[in-house]
Formats: sequence, structure tokens, C-alpha cells
Amino acid sequence: MGSAPASDDIHLRPGVRTAVKILVVGHFAVGKTTLVGTLSEIRPLHTEEVMTEAGALVDDLGGAHGKTTTTVALDFGRLTVSDNVVLYLFGTPGQQRFTELWRDMTRGALGALVLADTRRLGQSFDIMGVLEELGLPYAVALNEFDGAPGHSLEEVREALDLLPDTPLVRCDARDRHSSTRALVSLVEYLLTRTSELEHA
Amino acid sequence: MSPPRPRPSGRLVRPYVVTEGRAHPSRGTLDLVTLLIAADGPPPSGLGPEKRRLTELCRPGALSVAEVAGHLSLPVSVTKVLVADLMDSGHIVALAPIPAALPSDARILKEVLDGLRARL
Repeated sequence: MGSAPASDDIHLRPGVRTAVKILVVGHFAVGKTTLVGTLSEIRPLHTEEVMTEAGALVDDLGGAHGKTTTTVALDFGRLTVSDNVVLYLFGTPGQQRFTELWRDMTRGALGALVLADTRRLGQSFDIMGVLEELGLPYAVALNEFDGAPGHSLEEVREALDLLPDTPLVRCDARDRHSSTRALVSLVEYLLTRTSELEHA
Repeated sequence: MSPPRPRPSGRLVRPYVVTEGRAHPSRGTLDLVTLLIAADGPPPSGLGPEKRRLTELCRPGALSVAEVAGHLSLPVSVTKVLVADLMDSGHIVALAPIPAALPSDARILKEVLDGLRARL
């Protein structure tokens, strides 16, 4: 198993002019950060976004009054996919209450890879709900944990109530080949949708 | 009056000090993946420490807004305010087109797909 090409240079190659993003979403501890780290050509970076809770007054300058803001962590990495295009992968928490952040994150995103765990499929429903609400196309990847119940993909598709054309694949977030294949399924799906839209 | 409580993040300077009290950037087109590079323009001598660090970070080559935030350990919102100022003052220029124009672009998707497949 080859490791991702390590680069001492943190900067993009000179010809790269276009940046696109894909979100990696899923419930807590499903392997988002692992997958981003497995695929990234740079050491994954971490940043945070400070958000005001919906409907709350901005009171950050006022000091201790009112806990109106939430800090949301973002882990991300990048893959230079051609001489001029770079793909950024953002691992984002999937809770419903972060919808405001999601709206910001999904603007301009190609799509999302939903990481799911067969032991906690129920927790993926909210996430898929938010994506549908925001109109962001997605594929689902089952991160295989040791000792996870061995359901067939058909059973999982039914349990998650996925549309027939939504891609569903197995993946090991620690494995580069496997994680790349999951992203390939997503982008193939996005491309199919685009050509369907064009011919509609 | 009780003294202000220490903030949990060990940040040296509070974000609103860095941004001179502003919460919003002077331009609304900055995205997490807007690509930035230092301009061959005015010298960074008149800039504050954060803006100078940001400009120097983007001098050897391009980086996204998110990467700049990550490397400088600043929240994205603060980074955007600084970047917008530095674009206004001619120290930083943005490379990428507005990302919102892209998702339906089959050519870009094909390029991403080919790049990913080449890794398999």
C-alpha cells in the first residue's frame, strides 16, 4: 500500500488556477478526519469557524453575557488532480444545528461523501436530510469497522431509504485505494447528473 | 464587576483585535477555496503582524483561504476579513474564479474524475 506523496512545500503548484471542494460528512467518530488524512497530499490542516447560533444576537464584544456562539471544527486536506485543478476535502460535523455553517460550506461544493457506520445507521438520517434540504448531491460510503455487522449493501440501501441512483459503496477510511474509489463513485455520479441536466 | 474570564482557546490575540473590531470582510466573494497569492505590489512594511504573516505565507505560491486560516491558526471568519483588506490594499490577489459557477461544469468534474482514477 503506497503512502500519499509527501511534499515539503505547502504551496500549490504554479499552474493550479481552479479550486473545487467536496464535503466529507458523517456523525461523530465515523472516520471523516481519517479519510481526509488518507487522501490528502499535504498534512491535513485544522481550522475553526465561529458561528452565531440561529436567531441569537451577536454579543461577542460584550464579554460573558449569553453563550451565543459555537465553534465548529473543520479538518481538511487537498489533492491536486491535474495541472490546473485542485480538489479540497472538508471534513465537517453533521449535526442539524450547524445548518448555517453547512449553507456556507455547500455553496460552490461539487457534492458530499456521507460516511456511515453500519452499527449506527440511524445517525446518518439527519445528515442526509440536511444535504437534501440544501440540494447538495451525495454518495454514501460505509466505513468498515472491525466487528461491524455484515449487512449486504441492499439491506443498507433499504435501511437508509436511498434513491436508486444514489451511490452506496464500502470503504476503509484508512486505505488510500479504497477511499479514492469512494470519491470516484461520487464524482461519477455527479458527472452523470450533470449530463442528465444538460439533456433535460 | 467580575473580571473577564479567560478564554478557553489559548489564542494570544482576540479575533476582534486582529480585525480591528469588524466581523465581516469588505467583500463577500471569498470562499474557503478561493486561491490567494501575494501580489508584486506594495511592500508589506506598513502592515500589522497578522497581515504581514498572511502576505508572506502567500508569497512562495498560492494557498486557499482555508489553508491560510489553518497555517495562521485563525478562524475562517477572521481570515476572510484580513484577506479582504489585503486585496483592497493590493497586497494579495485571488486566482480562482467564483466557485459557485463551477458545480455544474462537466469539464471540471471530468478533470477531477480523471485525476482521481489516475491514483487507483
